[in-house]
Amino acid sequence: MAQPLVKKDDDRDDEADYSPFLGIEKGAVLQEARVFNDPQLDPRRCSQVITKLLYLLNQGETFTKVEATEVFFAVTKLFQSKDIGLRRMVYVMIKELSPSADEVIIVTSSLMKDMTSKTDMYRANAIRVLCRITDGTLLTQIERYLKQAIVDKNPVVASAALVSGIHLLQQTNPEIVKRWSNEVQEAVQSRAALVQFHALALLHQIRQNDRLAVNKLVSSLTKGSVRSPLAQCLLIRYTSQVIRESANNNQAGDRPFYDFLEGCLRHKAEMVIFEAARAITELNGVTSRELTPAITVLQLFLSSSKPVLRFAAVRTLNKVAMTHPMAVTNCNIDMESLISDQNRSIATLAITTLLKTGNESSVDRLMKQITNFMSDIADEFKIVVVEAIRSLCLKFPLKHRSLMNFLSNILREEGGFEYKKAIVDSIVILIRDIPEAKESGLLHLCEFIEDCEFTYLSTQILHFLGIEGPKTSDPSKYIRYIYNRVHLENATVRAGAVSTLAKFGAMVDTLKPRVFVLLRRCLFDNDDEVRDRATLYINTLGGDGAVVETGEDVKEFLFGSLDIPLVNLENSLKNYEPSEESFDINSVPKEVKTQPLAEKKAPGKKPTGLGASPAGPPSTVDAYEKLLSSIPEFANFGKLFKSSAPVELTEAETEYAVNVVKHIFDGHVVFQYNCTNTIPEQLLENVTVIVDASEAEEFAEVASKPLRSLPYDSPGQTFVAFEKPEGVPAVGKFSNMLRFIVKEVDPSTGEAEDDGVEDEYQLEELEVVAADYMLKVGVSNFRNAWETMDADCERVDEYGLGPRESLAEAVNAVINLLGMQPCEGTEVVPNNSRSHTCLLSGVYIGNVKVLVRLQFGLDGPKDVAMKLAVRSEDEAVSDAIHEIVASG
Amino acid sequence: MELCPTIKNILLLDSEGKRIAVKYYSDDWPTNAAKEAFEKAVFAKTQKTNARTEAEITMFDNYIVVYKFVQDLHFFVTGGENENEIILATVLQGFFDAVGLLLRGTEDKKEALENLDLILLCLDEIVDGGIILETDANVIAGKVDSHSMDAGAPLSEQTITQALATAREHLTRSLLK
Repeated sequence: MAQPLVKKDDDRDDEADYSPFLGIEKGAVLQEARVFNDPQLDPRRCSQVITKLLYLLNQGETFTKVEATEVFFAVTKLFQSKDIGLRRMVYVMIKELSPSADEVIIVTSSLMKDMTSKTDMYRANAIRVLCRITDGTLLTQIERYLKQAIVDKNPVVASAALVSGIHLLQQTNPEIVKRWSNEVQEAVQSRAALVQFHALALLHQIRQNDRLAVNKLVSSLTKGSVRSPLAQCLLIRYTSQVIRESANNNQAGDRPFYDFLEGCLRHKAEMVIFEAARAITELNGVTSRELTPAITVLQLFLSSSKPVLRFAAVRTLNKVAMTHPMAVTNCNIDMESLISDQNRSIATLAITTLLKTGNESSVDRLMKQITNFMSDIADEFKIVVVEAIRSLCLKFPLKHRSLMNFLSNILREEGGFEYKKAIVDSIVILIRDIPEAKESGLLHLCEFIEDCEFTYLSTQILHFLGIEGPKTSDPSKYIRYIYNRVHLENATVRAGAVSTLAKFGAMVDTLKPRVFVLLRRCLFDNDDEVRDRATLYINTLGGDGAVVETGEDVKEFLFGSLDIPLVNLENSLKNYEPSEESFDINSVPKEVKTQPLAEKKAPGKKPTGLGASPAGPPSTVDAYEKLLSSIPEFANFGKLFKSSAPVELTEAETEYAVNVVKHIFDGHVVFQYNCTNTIPEQLLENVTVIVDASEAEEFAEVASKPLRSLPYDSPGQTFVAFEKPEGVPAVGKFSNMLRFIVKEVDPSTGEAEDDGVEDEYQLEELEVVAADYMLKVGVSNFRNAWETMDADCERVDEYGLGPRESLAEAVNAVINLLGMQPCEGTEVVPNNSRSHTCLLSGVYIGNVKVLVRLQFGLDGPKDVAMKLAVRSEDEAVSDAIHEIVASG
Repeated sequence: MELCPTIKNILLLDSEGKRIAVKYYSDDWPTNAAKEAFEKAVFAKTQKTNARTEAEITMFDNYIVVYKFVQDLHFFVTGGENENEIILATVLQGFFDAVGLLLRGTEDKKEALENLDLILLCLDEIVDGGIILETDANVIAGKVDSHSMDAGAPLSEQTITQALATAREHLTRSLLK
């Protein structure tokens, strides 16, 4: 390494590739680091070597443990030098090496000396380094210095101590930092901008769990006295948090602190203006009067010369447009000029905002502008645009022609899988929801599969064609496209095409003979699956190729939707052991399971391969069913209809924790009490629950199964069974008393005494409600399902739900009351909407399918009105659902 | 939302996307490979844009990236998707201008590598563990460029004199060009 590191004065004609680190090599630099041990230190040289070491680390090179230790010890020698520049490099180097606890001790005294030195720069940096590498024990020793440093008159020192405090609070030693509250409070008043910012951040973190203290902090600071723009941004964030949390107790009148936020819109720093504008747009239930000043400043940002400002503004307005499209329309002219913005992120955001705020008459003009724009943006942006166009089309169905044309045009152009999938999905949704768009949409899809490189998309489209194609005015024109696939594609697509052909044959009797001919040709395919399918369909369609009507059960086989969740079917099939008895599809539970949270968080973690353990825990319904059928008293109750989620019957942290699961059978109800004994010194024996059913007239107790012994911290179950009228959704209230024999346990030996005392423990009441008789069963296409249901069994009525906290709360309450499965994501109520439609489906006891359409509207400020329409296979059930709501 | 404005990383790359100096403050990229992949993606996405007069901005993978280029130096500052874009831009501008001051007007890769120590110190003075320490370029540069300083004098005074000197020099150089 003869290259001198700093050679500023050399001639600059070297080639462009020249680098002072050319050919640098770890081993050689480590050798060089020996100069740190020289008795006569050369600060310049040492500085250069440290820079080389840092360069290596920066390039991703790693040091072994031994190397790092060696370098660390060598670096500590450099504290002997008085050279400021070198000392700075030493600080950075120590932080990069992040030494282990036993190594830290070596530098502690040097750093503590620097921390108390007269040179501010030493003090500030020594504090940062020390706090970064220290563990708790050392911190108590230096705490006094840190407290002093926080209120030091030098801002750099104060900031160093405050920022270190923020890190310590989050990581190792929150307790110590919390003791600095007084000093930090003093620092908030500092005249130095950054000190104020750091002090405010730390003070808030110290107090963040004390709502009252945060409230006080915000209300005193919002009166003025914050000078730093960064601190002001922090204050705005804290203020919106306070507003959010106080929203519930403050219904009437002006929003607290709104004036402060609005005042910040006139701040001189752009970051504060923007922070305040964004905070206002994100207020819960923001009114248009509150929005206006924020929108106005954002509109000014739109025409700024700085891309960052334009981006920030258009991104925020884009979000506002989702909930308050009308408030953003004022910015439309500025938005349109952003379509040609150099920065494509800004242009995309502008377009999607316009698509949300635009009115029917501007659609055509907008589409023209977008067409030019699509060719020069990346796929990820195009997907955003496609999704925006889809929702636009649903909003203005009359414009479907030009929008569908646009989609089909971009479908023909180059693009990756995700992009194409977004387009195809959009066309499918438009076909489903806008009847007039069906024929042209289907033809676009047909043309697309002629030249589609994605197997997944081809099969999806073929499946969709099979369902929608036969219902069109001229089904025969699709056959050619489908049969072409059988010739030209891979086996997966060919198999899909065969199924689609069969569906046409089944639905359109006149086409049947021709479809037969085509299917026969498929019998010679070289793929097993394709041949198997062709054979199956030729046999099921029947009629030997003549023009005959297809049987109902054949149609059901081809088109019937599987009303069983696939996950459940998969589980049942896995559990099925080949035997004489064939697999019974009716034994598969129909209950829709909400995915366990853990699974959602870690997608793709499912075990693969044969040796892997079975995925996830077995479904709870299966587990319950097994458990109950193993108890002889309950064995003859028949098939388990539904098991409720556990209901707690005790407060948290009591002596005994008990919850109950309600198992509903056709003519019986079984309560399963899960008990946990939380007292180590006790053993419970002969545990039963005495149930008083005097407020549940239709129920009669038939059996109970006590729990023999309940030791500390190992849950056990006791059961009580009731008889009820068969198939009737009887409801009632039950009061419960836990009765048991308690025995003292010697904690040292863990042995129980021989004698016990009988004791009782009052539990909370439990109710059997109508929702317990409803299974959550989803449907894939609500509209279709609704229309196939007999309209004679429809019951419609209107209800006033009285004052409610919000629309969402009212929707949730009704869903919970009915215990049904929300469909198509309609359980989510968009923020600030005044009305909402929610679709529910379920199966009522007696295996009766029920569909519910709920329309909610806000009537006055808080009053919610609801229109309830029920369709079911049995009008008595439709009435029953209304009764549930009427009495709920 | 993260209440305190947080910087995820600061990058200084060359005109081929290679590292000159980078600093990560978040665990979002645990390995060197992940970091390099991020840098590659950022570079590829921004390479063709013109971020020479004004700082530019982009969003990807749920990160906001603000960036500015001069000669063959590419400056980037990354924040989370909910971060205030203007705060990020302020940090970027502070870094950008401080490097300009420290390199005394000759801002290119060669000069940057030759003064890598100054640039590393500069990064150290701008952000500490994700929290913004300082955004004023003159103050940052003043704190870094203390080689010529007398160890005994208090820093605050030095900073101002030093900053003035550097600023003056910077100005003269730009006038002479």
